[in-house]
Amino acid sequence: MAQSEQEILAGLADIVNEETGLDTASVEMDKSFTDDLDIDSLSMMTIVVNAEEKFGVRIPDSEVKNLKTVRDAVTFINGAQS
Amino acid sequence: MTSLRDRRGQRVVVTGLGATTPVGGTVPQTWETILAGQSGARTMDYDWVSKYELPVTFAATIKVPPGEVLTKVETRRLDPSSQYALIASREAWADAGQPEVDPERLGVVIGSGIGGVWTLLDQWDNLREKGPRRVYPLAVPMLMPNGPAAAVSLDLGARAGAHTPVSACASGAEGMGYAIEMIRTGRADIVVAGGTEAAVHPLPIAGFAAMQALSTRNDEPELASRPYDTARDGFVLGEGSALIVLESEEHAKARGARIYAELASVGMSSDAHHITAPEPEGAGASRAMVAAVERADLDLRDIIHINAHATSTPVGDIAEYNAIKRAFGDLTENLTVTATKSMTGHLLGAAGALEAVFTILSIYHRTVPATINLDNQDPQIPLNVVTGEHQTLPDGDIAALNNSFGFGGHNVALAFRSI
Repeated sequence: MAQSEQEILAGLADIVNEETGLDTASVEMDKSFTDDLDIDSLSMMTIVVNAEEKFGVRIPDSEVKNLKTVRDAVTFINGAQS
Repeated sequence: MTSLRDRRGQRVVVTGLGATTPVGGTVPQTWETILAGQSGARTMDYDWVSKYELPVTFAATIKVPPGEVLTKVETRRLDPSSQYALIASREAWADAGQPEVDPERLGVVIGSGIGGVWTLLDQWDNLREKGPRRVYPLAVPMLMPNGPAAAVSLDLGARAGAHTPVSACASGAEGMGYAIEMIRTGRADIVVAGGTEAAVHPLPIAGFAAMQALSTRNDEPELASRPYDTARDGFVLGEGSALIVLESEEHAKARGARIYAELASVGMSSDAHHITAPEPEGAGASRAMVAAVERADLDLRDIIHINAHATSTPVGDIAEYNAIKRAFGDLTENLTVTATKSMTGHLLGAAGALEAVFTILSIYHRTVPATINLDNQDPQIPLNVVTGEHQTLPDGDIAALNNSFGFGGHNVALAFRSI
């Protein structure tokens, strides 16, 4: 069942916190994973795989490079769920 | 700065100590516990002990879990072997007074016998059960044996070199030997050196048990590690890390550092005898001890204390005695010997480093901790072993050896002297 963007954002923030220790509140829609949150490519892959499991979606490797901001990820997951 | 040539005779001194062990989360806690003669061996309450029907159900497990000391992200992204090393290095660095040093003249040497066995096999499980996509992207840097040295060098910003000697149970002592060379050859002013091990895992336990190296005294874990005792039946697996801050004497004195002792030299040899059994006459181990004494410009009669390797295996303890006797002859009577593995268990690649810390503290405090569980001393091992109460060492200039031997026939002896 599809979740709201706010639910996905909250879930994603938990995953980011678990992997990087960043405060969940810092994971905001307009933040860039690399430039604002300082998440490297290895951590990004872990976040993607954990998000796949949490949200029941598949995020192809080729898609990961397009997920530049938190909003990009939330929008992709939201679309993949529906 | 002195020239490279001038450094050749440079004395290397110990200015900081750090450890997390089966008997304490810090060096002071660890030292206090072993002076009190308390064992760190305990029954393991992990579900995998019964799941795999392991023949040995106890070990000297870490006293303070790393999760109580490190951040959640550090424990997630580092193998336990690296976690222990990071804890020990931070304590050692603080103990040394957080010295100011050019990062390009700060080195790290951390030996490990087995490496990231938990990560390797956890991720193997992930691969088989969930597929390649579920293998953690940090799996390789976590499982590599040089992971702990790399993690500590990152934490300290150490850029003179980060190295990992691997020589089974001699790894930690070999790390300290390598550090001496780094300082004496002019590569570094300070080196954080020692060993780490996190192998209380069902596979190494099953493997050591299969070769009948482990004590099976499952009902009495605290009595299981009993070096030199006639009833000894194998070693007790331990885990943890011990690291020391080594520094050129010139650098240490210039910053007014507290100096615990001098790490005067290392002697090394290899048996080329058998992959696991020690050479029974102790020829190789004896050569390592004599080399350490000679390289330190000491005489055999200057050595008054040995912190022995003494793992509590039937053949190993005798072989080490034979080696000591071969090296010291009649001077063996002058030696005050202790076997601290009776309390800490055997930390494999961290063992030599932890026992180096004990040797340093024995010199610094003039106190040798007693060996516990020595009820009936093996008549084939007539050493002066400290039992009951810890023993006081004399004032004045003193020197001591710390022995470490590893599967593969690796022999390492470190010589320490008072300052």
